[in-house]
Amino acid sequence: MTKVITKFTRNVPHWQPRVTPVDLQDATEEQLDALKVTPSNTKVSEYVLTLAHDVESLKVRSPLFNAIMYDKGGMSRAERELGALGASMVNHCIYCAAVHAARHAQLENSTEVTDRLFRDGAKADLNARDRAIFDFAVALSEAPSQAAPEHMAALKAAGLDEAEVLDLILSASLFGWANRLMHVLGDPVRLADADS
Amino acid sequence: MAAVEGRANIFEMTQAAEDAVLRPKDEGPWSHDLRAALAARIAKLNDEADLAARYAGDAGGFAALADPGHDGTAQGLTHVVAFMDKVAADTRNVAADDIVGLQAAGVADADIVRLAELNAFLAYQIRVIAGLRLMRGAFA
Repeated sequence: MTKVITKFTRNVPHWQPRVTPVDLQDATEEQLDALKVTPSNTKVSEYVLTLAHDVESLKVRSPLFNAIMYDKGGMSRAERELGALGASMVNHCIYCAAVHAARHAQLENSTEVTDRLFRDGAKADLNARDRAIFDFAVALSEAPSQAAPEHMAALKAAGLDEAEVLDLILSASLFGWANRLMHVLGDPVRLADADS
Repeated sequence: MAAVEGRANIFEMTQAAEDAVLRPKDEGPWSHDLRAALAARIAKLNDEADLAARYAGDAGGFAALADPGHDGTAQGLTHVVAFMDKVAADTRNVAADDIVGLQAAGVADADIVRLAELNAFLAYQIRVIAGLRLMRGAFA
């Protein structure tokens, strides 16, 4: 028995695909290469096996994701996670929101910000810098035309420089992408035997 | 801008991703022309006229679909067009039934993933373009 999760949580759910993932037994050479499957590494998530249906996209996707979220310089990793979380809350991607709220809490050694966002929603009480970051990510995610010069002014006033703003644009935009895969192609579920 | 030059690798990979979803070697049932038309349509739904025009130029016989006013009836693609519009502009309300609907219309699982990847990439690209335009205005 499984239960679909509909509320935001930092307790990362299981992702259950709505389509049938690629079966490793039937995978092509190109798919195996993109999945980085070797005789000693046959553990591939159902999510990645689902994306392997479009192997040309899968190959370019992972290095791009990693560069936007983890490359050195620019905005801090925790703040990039906040951008990702803003997008994921707008798109109601429960799975993405859980993963990136948990990473934010881990990087900050504090659950305070994500507790507030999940309890009070987008209007939660945040410090000025987090507020500016979150508001911009939300506006850009709702509709690009909703992001406005006022959001940029707030980011500058909160002390973000150009490199940090660029990383925020990239991380929030990236989750426009990720949410449309995770939230569209699968359900966030709690497996019954994992509840206890 | 210096910040953009500092992330040149990301912009190169973004171009590679565009090539992978718009012009893949293995296009499946979604031809390059149709992909370009759907991309133009999504850009238009998001008020990105320049990007919409760039993609519409490659839409060939599917050019009509670049206009969000067309629902795909003439092309026999109402199920695809409705799905793409919803994923692009009403993401939060996409549900399991939307996938079931595509499957019932005969779309294979691999081809559902291909549609989602095209849509998802466009969401990213459109937001990066809109964000950079604001950034240039603020940090000029």
